[in-house]
Amino acid sequence: MKSAVLLFPGINRDSDMLMALEKTTGKKPQVVWHTNTTLPDVDLVVVPGGFSYGDYLRCGAIAARSPIMADVMAKALKGLKVLAICNGFQIVTEAGLLPGALVRNAQMKFVCREVRLRVENNQTFFTNKMAQGSVVSCPVAHGEGNYIADNETLKRLEGEGRVVFRYVEGTNPNGAMNDIAGICNEARNVIGMMPHPENMVEALHGKQDCLPLFESLLAA
Amino acid sequence: MKAKVKVTLKNGVLDPQGKAIEGALGSLGFSGVNSVRQGKFFEVDLDETDKAKAQSILKQMCEKLIANTVIENYEIELA
Repeated sequence: MKSAVLLFPGINRDSDMLMALEKTTGKKPQVVWHTNTTLPDVDLVVVPGGFSYGDYLRCGAIAARSPIMADVMAKALKGLKVLAICNGFQIVTEAGLLPGALVRNAQMKFVCREVRLRVENNQTFFTNKMAQGSVVSCPVAHGEGNYIADNETLKRLEGEGRVVFRYVEGTNPNGAMNDIAGICNEARNVIGMMPHPENMVEALHGKQDCLPLFESLLAA
Repeated sequence: MKAKVKVTLKNGVLDPQGKAIEGALGSLGFSGVNSVRQGKFFEVDLDETDKAKAQSILKQMCEKLIANTVIENYEIELA
């Protein structure tokens, strides 16, 4: 399983993601700078978390229009797996790879804590090692993770099983519609989520709940 | 040619920042504030001198970057 991690100015979760990927896939991911126009030959591209361009204009808006994203978009449409975490989720929604938008947390506070996530679809490249409906602990750290979409989009996401992760009732940290924490595209090769599974895979993280998510990458 | 672009949240999109401003206005003693919605304002200076062409370029700019049309509306005003 060959992977690449995209790097934009202001991204700060790339190292954590590189460690999690190397630990689970046994291969060092390539790091791809945003000004590159072509992705290397990989099976998975990760758009990591952070604060690309200091969240200027809208979170992820500028990064979504950077040179490398044109190739990410083109290859994603052909089936390349894309995993977008936190600011990465904001970037891919801004790019139009996933529907909806992530707006200011309903309570206006930056949230940095552990939440409980329920796996709502275990038929994806990032959840196939999890039981349907199983619950994992996972940290969140964001100020704009409030997922919104129009009613029609929400209905489609729910009806087509494209809600991949949902905050367990009572742990929704940002007011996201339908407690949505992560979704996928129609072809299920693009997954975006606000929580940081890469920060729950080491003994030092306190828990390793999210290891099976990364192990799913090997089976996919 | 100079243009002014106003970007506002669509109706129904929650605006916690507007809500906070609304609350603070109340704290300052301004009564009768029904609601506050926060938006963004851009001044764009273009080489283009033809109004219709400028309008069309700005529309593309708004659709592609300045506004996120999933959640925002935009208005273009040419000087």
